[in-house]
Amino acid sequence: MQLHLSPEDQAFRDEMRTFFTTQVPQSIRDDVAAHRDVSKEQYVEVQQILNAAGLAVPHWPAEWGGREWTPLQRHIWREEMQLAAVPEPLAFNASMIGPVIAAFGSQEQKERFLPQTANLDIWWCQGFSEPDAGSDLASLRTAAVRDGEDWVVNGQKTWTTLGQYADWIFCLCRTDPGAEKKQRGISLLVFPMDTPGVTLRPIELLDGGFEVNEVFFEDVRVPAENLIGEENRGWDYAKFLLGNERVGIARVGATKRMIVDAKQRAAEITSDGRPLIEDPSMRVRIAELENELLALELTALRVVSNSTDGKPNPASSVLKLRGSELQQAATELIVDIAGPLSLASFADEEDTDVPEWARVATPEYLNYRKVSIYGGSNEVQRTIIAGTILGL
Amino acid sequence: MDFTFDTEQHALREAVAGLLQRAYDPEKRRAVTQEDPGFDEKTWAQLAEMGVLGLPFAEADGGMGAGQAEVALVATEIGKVLAPEPFVESVVLAGGLVSAVGTAAQRAELLGPLAEGTSLVVLAHAEPGHRWTPTATGVTATRGAEGWTLTGVKEPVPSGARADVLVVSAAVEGGTALFVVRGDAAGLTRTGYRTHDGTRAARVTLQGTPAELLGEGTADRTADVEQALARATVAYAHEAVGAMQTALTTTSEYLKTRKQFGVPLSKFQALTFRAADMYVSLELVRSIALWATMVVDAEDSTPEAVLAAADRARLQTSKAGRHIGKEAIQLHGGIGVTAEYSVGHYTSRLTAIDHLLGDGAWAANRLAAVVDGHETVEALPA
Repeated sequence: MQLHLSPEDQAFRDEMRTFFTTQVPQSIRDDVAAHRDVSKEQYVEVQQILNAAGLAVPHWPAEWGGREWTPLQRHIWREEMQLAAVPEPLAFNASMIGPVIAAFGSQEQKERFLPQTANLDIWWCQGFSEPDAGSDLASLRTAAVRDGEDWVVNGQKTWTTLGQYADWIFCLCRTDPGAEKKQRGISLLVFPMDTPGVTLRPIELLDGGFEVNEVFFEDVRVPAENLIGEENRGWDYAKFLLGNERVGIARVGATKRMIVDAKQRAAEITSDGRPLIEDPSMRVRIAELENELLALELTALRVVSNSTDGKPNPASSVLKLRGSELQQAATELIVDIAGPLSLASFADEEDTDVPEWARVATPEYLNYRKVSIYGGSNEVQRTIIAGTILGL
Repeated sequence: MDFTFDTEQHALREAVAGLLQRAYDPEKRRAVTQEDPGFDEKTWAQLAEMGVLGLPFAEADGGMGAGQAEVALVATEIGKVLAPEPFVESVVLAGGLVSAVGTAAQRAELLGPLAEGTSLVVLAHAEPGHRWTPTATGVTATRGAEGWTLTGVKEPVPSGARADVLVVSAAVEGGTALFVVRGDAAGLTRTGYRTHDGTRAARVTLQGTPAELLGEGTADRTADVEQALARATVAYAHEAVGAMQTALTTTSEYLKTRKQFGVPLSKFQALTFRAADMYVSLELVRSIALWATMVVDAEDSTPEAVLAAADRARLQTSKAGRHIGKEAIQLHGGIGVTAEYSVGHYTSRLTAIDHLLGDGAWAANRLAAVVDGHETVEALPA
């Protein structure tokens, strides 16, 4: 039992903090902190700064840019990035397809894709969910049929995040419709988004933003060499990838930053003739949220300091479940602090006296309903906890 | 940052777990708690033999010189089987105060026999009508020609009737002082009774009762009482975690075996999801309890840091204990409310722990009072 970080980890944390707060442009960090949209160019700029310093894909195998850090160091790296409001390396590249190609791809695929994936020279998007395959992902129907040296892909994907920026898609396709188990007949294909037959339709979300898309495939010809790993083993790769997705999904650093904001805003708003931060029930609400967040952070530290092999721990479901709830609670708190100001959501800067934080509060709150749905909905996490941990 | 126990600590845990699991199953516990003093003297003696009753005391005082981490391990095992022995009440709380405040002679005289299991020392601090304060008002101390005497009422005092020695807090000029009162002192009346969690408490009436000042001088001891209560709170958090763990395991097993509508209850998602939420609560409170223990043990922790850590542990323990305790009964159905079945007793003990030294709402208010005094709550020291 030891409360303190080791001197090495302490130095590591200081190094990360210094890098993120001095080497990543302040203007971009300000945009993230203000909950403004981050542009494609900003994402690319930051990821290339990180990659040049060896900080974009530290969890990859060493020969492809990994740093062989401990799980605790990876946790510190991610938390410090969030605390400094640095846009994180694009998850589709860094946490999803990169590790899959590194683990299951051919040597040729690794050489072709991994350096460009780490550097965000290729922007990847995810072709997983379909209109009839959400939590029940294995029932996906997008089909890939072999025709000579090509696969021919037909079907539809949805919830494809930032697909409008993407150069390539990694796509789960049904390649053996006759497989005994539906999980057994799925393969992972990758192809450029400008391949003939690929159409993208943006989906507007409640916050007025366009971050997800539908993607349609009509006789899209994909060369056979673009199959990742083995045919009909795509489900295994998807599980591997989604396990990675849950690591770091607690987003403690980001929620901490929101609570700091909330306290500052509550000091600026007057309610019943005094600063809202002096209201006893508001103080208790913030104190309780801080305590819940501390419990979550400590649980994340327990998970990373106990998993030496880096494998996803079933307790990571707790991090996803609670992490999403607390992110949502923080956005809700800020809406409540904004009160009536929060109505001015879509007013332009020059047309309103309402400060920006109050204008973005409700769109953010509505947008954040997504965090308990994506990455395996919280109901899926409860199923995992009940089944894998409690044996129910 | 390391949440794991070392080999020696694991050995301690194994030994204590072995002893307590042999001593208690739900039926044995029920039998033991039906008779006074509400715990098993033989088990208490065995804990003494194992060195458990002297764990946190200095070796020079007859103890083992261990820390809060070892205390946490023992408390967790106590919680798992709901052992009714007053370990936290006596060793951690009363013993902790004697250890912190007593003179060398008092420490030797009181802690040695406590560690050996031959003298039960408890703290008489709570007063009727006052909630969770580190000060004393209802019992006053007067210095006469023949020394100090105490007058007033302390209640409820855990194991107060069985205790051989009472450490009593009392109002003096300028604050609160601590006194040692022997069980056979003149003008001491103790009325013991059962509590809902199977343990015992007492009304302790002092009428000009002779008492010995604990420590030197009559400087205000409020801060010492606060620190001792904080450490006991952190130990209780672990006792509660142990109890919550068994409550969840018992509930999960029940869901797998109990059949209704021709199938095990575990086929009903409405129930398994609630069990999953209990697990989430358990792991979150376990994390905070372990952290608070590390804060207490860290050499550079300030007294303020220890108090804050105890409040954080208290808040989470209260929330999780209520959640898991209530759900454990509900998921069992009617049998959970019976005295014959184990799970409801876990809820009862969790409720007692919640109210002994301050509940979650009380802790939340204390944390709320300083909520704008920091930007973020730091899990790790700077």
